[in-house]
Amino acid sequence: MDLGPHAGFILAAYGAAVIVLGLVVLWVLLDHRAQRRALAALEAQGISRRSGSGADVP
Amino acid sequence: MALLDLANPHRFLAFARALVPALALIAAVLLVLGLVLGFRAPPDYQQGETVRIMFIHVPAAWIALGAYTLMAISALGTLVWRHPLADVSAKAAAPIGAAFSLICLLTGALWGRPTWGTYWVWDARLTSVLVLFLVYLGILALWRAIEDPGQAARAVAILTLVGFVNVPIVKFSVDWWNTLHQPASVFRIGGPTIHPVLLTPLLVTAAGFAALFLALHLGAMRNEILRRRVRALRMLAAAGAEAR
Repeated sequence: MDLGPHAGFILAAYGAAVIVLGLVVLWVLLDHRAQRRALAALEAQGISRRSGSGADVP
Repeated sequence: MALLDLANPHRFLAFARALVPALALIAAVLLVLGLVLGFRAPPDYQQGETVRIMFIHVPAAWIALGAYTLMAISALGTLVWRHPLADVSAKAAAPIGAAFSLICLLTGALWGRPTWGTYWVWDARLTSVLVLFLVYLGILALWRAIEDPGQAARAVAILTLVGFVNVPIVKFSVDWWNTLHQPASVFRIGGPTIHPVLLTPLLVTAAGFAALFLALHLGAMRNEILRRRVRALRMLAAAGAEAR
């Protein structure tokens, strides 16, 4: 497909959109993994909301 | 499921777990379709091939404004109704809205150079969108500056509502002032002025961006709920250690 003399501008615009949106998607996915891991690590130590006043906290 | 049921974070997490993959799939299908339709459409009689930038520039602007409007409603939810997920919604929407406004600015500059002969001009539409982006950055900075989520939520809610005055300025700037930017050509009294062959890919891409925004927003809300749960458990652990 011939995008004419301004092909560079068109492709750069689409490229910029893909990069910015890709970074946002990556941020959401990596943040989700980080929070799940942090939560799992705390629960593995016996710390949970059911531990109430902290008596069960190691 | 009633809206009030979603105030329970546990129910919200189950709701988001089901909805995020479905929205992501819908977004992917619509964006691929929009891309195909956009690049198969004939060139514009005046702008030629560069009109294809419109298919991402305009929807990005709509989503940037829509995200800010959602944040303003969430701010009311925080300050007036004290909905437990209102500030979670506002905090999750801010970086995504900032990303869409950045796409709007970048693609606008890349469209402006071959069309107007310049990447940037300080006209009312371009400047007000830049202000929107800067307000987004200010809100993100304020979230990070205050450690307590409750205090941060109230401060951010006030800033968000003050910043909302810019949203109608962005929308009506092309009517209120003489600008290099073209006037509204889709959402206007009298209907769209764009030919259906160009309007269709624009609306399909806009629907794809909207689905993507919703998927990202729900995903980011889910992450924020988990982050607060982690914070609460760490505080519980610290309190337990002090008690012993």
